[in-house]
Amino acid sequence: MSGRTGTTGQSGAGAGGSRLAVDELIDNPKTRIIVCCGSGGVGKTTTAAAIGLRAAERGRKVVVLTIDPARRLAQSMGLTELDNTPRIVKGVTGDGELQAMMLDMKRTFDEVVLAHADPERARAIMENPFYQSLSAGFAGTQEYMAMEKLGQLRAAEEWDLIVVDTPPSRSALDFLDAPNRLGSFLDGKVIRILTAPAKVGGRSAMKFLNAGMGLLTGTLGKIFGAQLLTDVQTFVSATDSMFGGFRERADRTYQLLQAPGTAFLVVAAPERDALREAAYFVDRLAADRMPLAGLVLNRVHGTGAPQLTAERALAAAEALEENGSEQVSPDAELLAAGLLRLHAERMQVMVRERRTRDRFVSVYPDVPIVEVAALPGDVHDLEGLRTIGERLSGSAD
Amino acid sequence: MARTPGQAARRDPDWEGVRLHVVSGKGGTGKTTVAAALALALAAEGRRTLLIEVEGRQGIAELFGIAALPYEERRIATVTPAQLGLPASGSAGGSASGTPGGSVSGELHALAIDTEQALLEYLDMFYKLGRAGKALQKVGFVDFATTIAPGVRDVLLTGKACEAARRKGPDGRRTYDAVVMDAPPTGRITRFLNVNSEVAGLARIGPIHSQAQAVMRVLKSPETAVHLVTLLEEMPVQETVDGIAELREAGLPVGGVLVNMVRPPLLDAAAVAAVDGDHREEVALALGEAGLGGRSRKPETVRAAVEPLLDPLLAQAREHAERVELERARRADLQHLKLPTYELPLLGEGVDLGTLYRLAGELKRQGAA
Repeated sequence: MSGRTGTTGQSGAGAGGSRLAVDELIDNPKTRIIVCCGSGGVGKTTTAAAIGLRAAERGRKVVVLTIDPARRLAQSMGLTELDNTPRIVKGVTGDGELQAMMLDMKRTFDEVVLAHADPERARAIMENPFYQSLSAGFAGTQEYMAMEKLGQLRAAEEWDLIVVDTPPSRSALDFLDAPNRLGSFLDGKVIRILTAPAKVGGRSAMKFLNAGMGLLTGTLGKIFGAQLLTDVQTFVSATDSMFGGFRERADRTYQLLQAPGTAFLVVAAPERDALREAAYFVDRLAADRMPLAGLVLNRVHGTGAPQLTAERALAAAEALEENGSEQVSPDAELLAAGLLRLHAERMQVMVRERRTRDRFVSVYPDVPIVEVAALPGDVHDLEGLRTIGERLSGSAD
Repeated sequence: MARTPGQAARRDPDWEGVRLHVVSGKGGTGKTTVAAALALALAAEGRRTLLIEVEGRQGIAELFGIAALPYEERRIATVTPAQLGLPASGSAGGSASGTPGGSVSGELHALAIDTEQALLEYLDMFYKLGRAGKALQKVGFVDFATTIAPGVRDVLLTGKACEAARRKGPDGRRTYDAVVMDAPPTGRITRFLNVNSEVAGLARIGPIHSQAQAVMRVLKSPETAVHLVTLLEEMPVQETVDGIAELREAGLPVGGVLVNMVRPPLLDAAAVAAVDGDHREEVALALGEAGLGGRSRKPETVRAAVEPLLDPLLAQAREHAERVELERARRADLQHLKLPTYELPLLGEGVDLGTLYRLAGELKRQGAA
C-alpha cells in the first residue's frame, strides 16, 4: 500500500457502524476463504497479503492468491517472483505457515485443458489460434481462471485458509460473473448456430438453421475472415465435452463462495470514488447472496491533537507570520507556523474523510468497518505487512 | 524538466501537431479528471476539442455534473482563456466562434462510446445491414463478436477516436482541433492500443483487419501522443516507468507524464530536525504567543497548556518530512524518463467544475496544451 501521508491517530471504527473484528474472523477455523475486493489503487493486494501473514502468524496454514503482478509485493514476502505455484514465505513466526502465489491465467487455462483432454487432443486445442487468443485475452479469462484456481486450491485441502485478491476489474464483480459469462458465451445462440451442423448432422436441422446461419456466418466471415470462423468451430467441437466440466466446476466454486466458510472483505479508501465503488460491491454481494464480512477502510488519517481545530491552527499560524515576536527568533516563528499549517491541513483531511465515511455508514449501517491508519511510505517487507496486519486488527496502538 | 504549478510563465505548447491525446494512468490517479482538464486546456483560445470515454462508466458526465452521455458527440462546455486564468490571446487559429471584445471562446465536446452501437454502426457503413443489424443484435452477435476477439472491441474504440481526430468538415477543415481519449489504465494500455497485433492473429483478412491497420497507422504517427497520469507514490510511478517501456517497445508514441494531486511541501526534514532539537522551547513559546496556551499570563501555565500539542504536531511534521523525502525520490525516478512532465496540485474537497478549470489553466501554463 502506498501511503497518502501517515498518521498519529488510532485505527478502528468511530461512531456509527460496528467495528469489523479481523482477528476473530481469521482465528475462526470455520473461515476457509477470505476474498478481498475493491476498486484499483486502494491497497487491496497489500490488505490480502497482510491478512494472510497475520493469520499465518496466529497459527493458520494460509495461502494467498494474488492477481497483482507487482514485483514489490513478491519482494515484501521475500520471494524473488510469484508464479502459478504456491511458494512458502520465509520469516513467518509462530506455528502457522504462509504460502503465496500469483495467478497465471494462461497456464491455469492450459492446466484445465490438460486435465480434461487426452494429450493429443489437448495439444490440438492448445495449438488452435482461437484458443491462444481466448486463453490470453478473453474478456473475463482472468476472472474465470481466478475462480478456477480458487476451486483447485480449496479442493486440494492443503491449506486451512485461502486469501484471494480479486482482479482489478473495470466492472466491479466480474469475478462473480465469470462462470456465468463463459456459460452464456458457450450456450449463446451464435455459438449454437455455428456449431449446430457439426453436432446434429441431420439434413432437417441444416435446413431449419440455414437462413440464420447464412446471415451469421456470412457476416462473421466478412468481418473476421473465414479463417477465424473455422478456428472457432474447430475449437468448440474439440472442447465441447470439456466445457461441461468447466462450467460445472465454476458453478461449484460460485456456490463455495456463498457458503458459510467464505468471507468477503470490501477494501476502500476514505475517498468519494473509492467508497462509491465500495457501495456498489456491497450491493452486488448482497444481490448474489455472498457473505460480506465488512469494509476495510485503508489510509485513514488521524491526529494526536484533535482538540486543536483547523481554524484555530490557521489563525495562530497567520498571527505568528504577521505579528512576529520579541521573545522568539523569526526561524522558530516560521517553524511553529509551518507546524500549525500542517496540522490544519491534517484536520481538514480528517473532516473530509469522516464526512465521506459517514455518508457510507448512513446508507450501510449494518456493514462492520475497520479503519486502517495510513503509513507515510510503501510496504517493502514482512515487517511492513505485519504493521498493516496490526492496524487491521486494531492492536497497533 | 518538471515545471512546478503556478511558477512557470505561459509557454509554447509542447504538443503542437498532436491531434489525438491518449490519457492513461494507474487506477486511482485521477485519469479521467486529468483527461478532462487537458481537453479543456486544449480548447482554450477558440479551439474545439472532443473528449472521448471508452469504458462505459459515464465518468465525464459525473465530472461535469450533467446527465449520462448518449452515444453521440455533444458540446458539454465552453472555455475562454480568462476562465483558465490566462490573458486573452490575439492569435487564435481555432474553429469555434469568437465573442465580442476579442476574447475567443473554445468548445469542449464529449462522446461516450458504446461498443455495441459502434460495431453496428461500423458494420452498417460497410454492409448496409438495415434490419439485419437488429437481428444480429438480438441473437447476441455483438457480444459474441467482441468476446471471441477482444481485440475487435479495442479496434472499434480506438478506431472511433482516430476517425474523430481525422474527420474534416465540408469546409475541408478538421472538425476537432484535438481529440482526448480517457483510455484504459496503464496496465492494459499497450494491449489496448496495439490493436494490430491483437487482431492480426485472429482476423487475417477482412475489413476488421484493414480497419486495424488503418487505426495503427494513426496511432503510431506523430499526430498521436500517449500521456500517463501518475501520483508521487511508489506503485503509480513504477507502473508509469513500466508502461512507458512497454509503449516504446510497441512503437507507440509516448507523450508526457502528468503528475496529479501534488501537495506543496510545507516543511522539510531539516526544519523538522530543528524543531525536534534546539528549537523545541522556542516553538513552544511561539505557540503560546499565538494564543494556543490559553488566557493565562503566567509563562508556566501557558507552557504547560502548549505541551500536549507539541508532540503530536512534531509527529505530524516528521511524517510530512518523510513523505516529502519519498516524493523527492519518486520525482527523480520520473526525471530519468526524460519526458515532458507536468504537475497538478491536489485540490482538496473532490473535483468540481471549478477545480477542472483550474487544473486546465495549470496545464496550459505548464505547456501541456
